[in-house]
Amino acid sequence: MGNAADLANLSDKLTLATAVLYVIAVVAFAVDAGFGRRRAAADAVERAEEKARVLAGAGGPDVAEPAAPAEPRTRGTDWAKFAVLLSVLGWGAHLGAIVTRGLATERWPWGNMYEFLTSIAFAAVSAFLVVLWRYKARFLGAFVMLAAVIALGVANIWLYSEAGPVVPALNSYWIAIHVSAAIVATGAFTVAGVASILYLLQARREAAGKDAVPGGFWSHLPSSGDLDRLALRVTMFAFPIWTAAIIMGAIWADEAWGRAWGWDPKEIWSFITWIIYAAYLHARATAGWRGRKAAVLALIAFAALMFNFFGVNYMFSGLHSYA
Amino acid sequence: MTDTDTEPGTAAPPERQAKAETPRPRGFGPLGWLRWAWRQLTTMRTALILLFLVALGTVPGSILPQRGQAPERVEQYYEDHASLAPWLDKLSLFDVFAAPWFAAIYILLFVSLAGCVLPRAGVHYRAMRARPPRAPRNLARLPQTATYETDADPEAVLAQARTVLRRRRFRTDADGAAVSAEKGYLGETGNLVFHLALLGLLFALGVGNVFGYRGDVLLTEGKTFANAINNYDQFAPGRWFDTGELAPFTITLDEFTARYEAKGAQRGQALDYLARLRFKESPDDPGGRYDLKVNHPLQVGSSKVYLLGNGYAPRFTVRDGKGEVAFQDTVPFLPMEQRGMTSEGVIKAPDARPEQLAFYGILWPSAAASQDGKQIQSAFPAPIRPMVSITAFKGDVGLDNGAPQSVYKLDNIGRGLDVVKDGRKLLEPGETLKLPGGAGSITFDGLAEYTTLSVNHDPGRVPALIAAILAVAGIVASFMVRRRRVWVRARAGKGGRTVVEVGGLTLGHPTPEFDDIVAALRGEKDAGDPSSDTGKKE
Repeated sequence: MGNAADLANLSDKLTLATAVLYVIAVVAFAVDAGFGRRRAAADAVERAEEKARVLAGAGGPDVAEPAAPAEPRTRGTDWAKFAVLLSVLGWGAHLGAIVTRGLATERWPWGNMYEFLTSIAFAAVSAFLVVLWRYKARFLGAFVMLAAVIALGVANIWLYSEAGPVVPALNSYWIAIHVSAAIVATGAFTVAGVASILYLLQARREAAGKDAVPGGFWSHLPSSGDLDRLALRVTMFAFPIWTAAIIMGAIWADEAWGRAWGWDPKEIWSFITWIIYAAYLHARATAGWRGRKAAVLALIAFAALMFNFFGVNYMFSGLHSYA
Repeated sequence: MTDTDTEPGTAAPPERQAKAETPRPRGFGPLGWLRWAWRQLTTMRTALILLFLVALGTVPGSILPQRGQAPERVEQYYEDHASLAPWLDKLSLFDVFAAPWFAAIYILLFVSLAGCVLPRAGVHYRAMRARPPRAPRNLARLPQTATYETDADPEAVLAQARTVLRRRRFRTDADGAAVSAEKGYLGETGNLVFHLALLGLLFALGVGNVFGYRGDVLLTEGKTFANAINNYDQFAPGRWFDTGELAPFTITLDEFTARYEAKGAQRGQALDYLARLRFKESPDDPGGRYDLKVNHPLQVGSSKVYLLGNGYAPRFTVRDGKGEVAFQDTVPFLPMEQRGMTSEGVIKAPDARPEQLAFYGILWPSAAASQDGKQIQSAFPAPIRPMVSITAFKGDVGLDNGAPQSVYKLDNIGRGLDVVKDGRKLLEPGETLKLPGGAGSITFDGLAEYTTLSVNHDPGRVPALIAAILAVAGIVASFMVRRRRVWVRARAGKGGRTVVEVGGLTLGHPTPEFDDIVAALRGEKDAGDPSSDTGKKE
């Protein structure tokens, strides 16, 4: 079993490396957001050009000539690129940490709270990298990476448990399906939650008329409308997965405990989380609930999700108390 | 319709959005009031409030102990909070999920849901069969528009438009000088299926509850369980379950094995449980064998059998004052802790003469001295060095008057059952405690294991599963597919050329599909691959 011990050790080392890389990434993202004033202007120009291009595309053949590409930026340290590079490297180390943990224990590496939280942080960073790639949502970087750092810190300081076996009930292929779905959904909900918080702050700033002032941290953020839409879109991705996670949990519970739904505290709070996210999705579609109210709903839902993770395991006793 | 903020699947139907305009009933009769109340109930705002109430209503179920889950903890709560508990109980807070107020909330919610979704399903069904809506007068005011001129005559342009749109699986309709096209009904279909599936899921769970049953059995190695109500330790039939329907199966436990982690930080943690069973579906069934494990229930007839827990059942022989065997059997002990499986139990020998005998025992599967050396504890859950501490009682066990007694407790201590002086001893397997004064003896013969099984029959299982799968499929479809409309209008322009106007309207934000369609209409080569375009791109 020396091999397993080595792997477990390697996993711990990789987790440490991940945390270090993420911390530097947070700093780099923050520097990029706080001091990239010149680039903010360049971004604005680029955005305007892009808009022109889109309009031209819809206009007709005569004006459809593509606009000149934005001037390449070469001067100074590109903190943004640095930050993204660090995030990707950290993500790789993170993946390695999870894989080696799984190999060391010869099971799916999310059988206790330490492993579960590590995996959620991984899912959140993955979700961020996806929105970074698809929506150019670099502004989320500092926040999501910070959340990931905090998650890794909590996991390693308070929740750490040595690599080992799990109770018989967790020895099922369902752990690969049910828990993975919960992890992916939680990671995505985290990104959506960050976007909702930023939306509330940005909307307040816009309402105060401060958005006219160029430069500074907030001018790097998208408009409140874009943040709102981003939060909604990511939630729309996560909600069906969360739904599936709950349902697959019920199927597993029926196999393991002989009842699909028994109002165990974890089940109750998963249900509450699901209900509030459902309310959020409905509220977004209803006049009078859009914007601020909907964002607050999304954050209440996220709070329920977090409580389901921490509160339920440490305050109540139930069938999901594995830690 | 021009609201580009609305995402597919989350768009509310008009009747759910019109709450501001709902007229207040003024001077109309009971029917009017009823209609008004119905309209209020089916508004989105009411639905949102009900959703919230459901979420809020479940919270006490996670904070307070619940009778359905842990009745013993409710009793404990009664002892700890003697004045508060009865009040909480009046509000059904120990049975939240069976409480009338909780039922009221979710029934209202589901009525509200049905009141919205069913009419909406009708509207959607008609929309799917109706012709695509006619072209708006001014296509240039739509969110997506394009205009171009061509040499082809208007009829040819419209014919080509129909071909292009049909190839992209739009439903098309000629409408004078314009072509109307629509696709993406799957989004709304998915949305409706999702909501209807939730109603179905609730219904299936209800059916399972009412027509099914569940029971718990403790089964020691070598013993057989026959499926009858009296043989269950706990039995909870559904309201309409006919107990005559219990399938006549039997289960025999041949051997139970538990594997535990032997070293490291998690020493003593259970790794695997295995119950080797023989079962017969009916008395004349030849029977079969099954290795029952956690996560691998046994299906017998229409019932399922689950491995829930385990424990030890030491075997004892009790001889009375006359030297006769008054009791000889295994006795299940209940675990007091999981790390070392220290367990306790009682042995009752009401047949002992001249006086009845009873014993209280503590079992340590792997007896070892505690750190301070003063006490015994169990160092490991497996039976490495089993030891039982026995305390003897004599007198009246209390079974003669027919009152039911717990098999795990000596209820009559102090009421006719008295502790035997010097009747205490630590026993290893094979050892005997001889009671002073020739009152009898007890021999610890050995150790058997038992398993606790849960048996259930749930006719709602398969329908609930189908409903759940439909719900997930429905919501994915409703989020992925959005309804799209395209109109193409062609009219003669200057110099014999034809002016073509194209307008697009997508529920939610626009897709690049529109640009591909325009490109295809204009005969450009880079028209894109229609099969790759399902309208979910940004």
